[in-house]
Order: sequence, then structure tokens, then C-alpha cells
Amino acid sequence: MRALSSLVCGFVFGWGLFISGMMRPEKVLAFLDIFAIPSGGWDPSLAVVMAAALLVTGIGYALARRGTPVFAEKSQWPAQSVIDRRLVTGSILFGAGWGLVGLCPGPAIANLATLSMPVIVFVIAMAVGTLAHDHWFTRVVPASMPSLASANADG
Amino acid sequence: MINFTPISAAIGGALIGLAAVLLMRFNGRIAGITGIFAGLIDPAADDRLWRATFVVGLIVAPLSAWLLGWGISNPQMPTSLTLVAVAGVFVGFGTRLSNGCTSGHGVCGIARLSPRSIAATAIFMAVAVAVVALMRHVIGA
Repeated sequence: MRALSSLVCGFVFGWGLFISGMMRPEKVLAFLDIFAIPSGGWDPSLAVVMAAALLVTGIGYALARRGTPVFAEKSQWPAQSVIDRRLVTGSILFGAGWGLVGLCPGPAIANLATLSMPVIVFVIAMAVGTLAHDHWFTRVVPASMPSLASANADG
Repeated sequence: MINFTPISAAIGGALIGLAAVLLMRFNGRIAGITGIFAGLIDPAADDRLWRATFVVGLIVAPLSAWLLGWGISNPQMPTSLTLVAVAGVFVGFGTRLSNGCTSGHGVCGIARLSPRSIAATAIFMAVAVAVVALMRHVIGA
């Protein structure tokens, strides 16, 4: 049942990305290009997508706090609260990659549906980056990384 | 703001939020693509099935839109595959290091008012804005 409900959630999420236009890197880059504001070329759509998503998630999560999930024993809310060097460094790297191409992980994976070669390259590279990170922190400097696939991961 | 699409953006954003809420209500999980993707490809990870079906749903969604007659164009990507690959590695490594991306931090994290996620989102947004400004207005790519 958890696999099925997760399939539905992924499907709804994918439709959200599709309808909002966020699957299109050019639309994301048009939002990030704030220097196009004076010329009227700026596209604030991404801000509306986030605002709507935050409104629904904020209310839904507040209600979900009170109950237990239907198909799991308990909700796995992230427990980390410290803003550390890993968070800052990782966010800088992610921002750089996102700004270069206009794809973040969700839209990149959803775009596999188009079988576009650059998207396939991007997702493979994303997997390489992820595995390189995991290799580095489990094999090379394991002491600084207590639990990898931790339930406490933010997302 | 000739390309501004507030209505479809609001509907799409609400659906993304709905998916995040449902995944928490049903499975007790955060709808963070970084964590779902990493847990799927990490050889050491267990509990892969729900992650796999989520990813399948994510890919089937635009396919179903296409089958229903919606137009889907290939995404506009840089012509240099080297640049695409470098960006992909940055995104993969960076999101894993900071434990989240636009979904995990930007939506689910900020919705929880997590200081970590608010900081992460502010940083990756600012850096992405700077990179786009550099690429478009300084280098002129």
C-alpha cells in the first residue's frame, strides 16, 4: 500500500510540476534572471508556485502533526536544526548547478519522460554527484557523517 | 512580465503541496526529491520500493499529460553536454550535502518553518540568481 500511495503522490507531484511550467528550465531561468525586471522580461511564476505549494503544505503539515500516517507507524519529521557548513556549502553548489541549467532534481527526473539526451546526461551526472558524496562521506571521511540514509534528512 | 502564468503556477504549486501533504499523511515521509532519489540509487539503502514508485509517478505524470493531448516540448538545455554534466554533478553533490533541494527545503522545509531549510533556500536561490546574472549579463552566454 505504501508503494501505491507513493506512486499516487509522485504522480500528483509530477502533474504539479507539469502544469506550473516548472518542468521547463527556460521558465525557471526566466524567474532567476532578476536583471530582466527593468525590461519586462522577468517571469515571477516560480514565486507563485512556491507560495501556493507552501500554503497547502503549511496547512496540511500542521494538521498532519496531530495524527499518525495511514500506512506507516509514525511520521518521520526531520529533526536537524543546526545551520552548519555542510548545509551552506551544499546549498551553494546546488544553486550554482541550478543556475547553470535551470533544472533541479524533481523537474530533471520528470523530464526523463521526454527522453531528451541532455536531460538523461543531467540525471546521470546528478546520480554521479550523489554517489560521489556518499562515497566520500562513508569511505573517505566517515567520521564526519554519522548516518547517511538518515530518517532525519530534510528532504 | 509577458511570460507570467500566475493561474497555472498557482494550480501546479497547490498540486505539489497536495502531493507533499499526502505523502506525509499516507507514508509519514517528507516529499523531498533529493532524499527519495539518493535513497533509490544508494547501494546501502533499504526501503527502496516506495521511492521507486514515487519516481515512476513523477515520470508517468507528464507522459499521461501528453497522452491526454497536452503539448510537451523537449526542455531547452544548453548545447554543451559538458556544461550540463557539470551542472548535474553540482546539483547531485550539493543537494546531498545540504540534505535537500527545492522540494525538501524549499517547500517541505519552509512549510515546517525550519531555520535550516529557510537558510538553504535563501542560499541556493541567491547563488542561482547570481549564476544566471553572470551567464546572461556578464559572459552573455
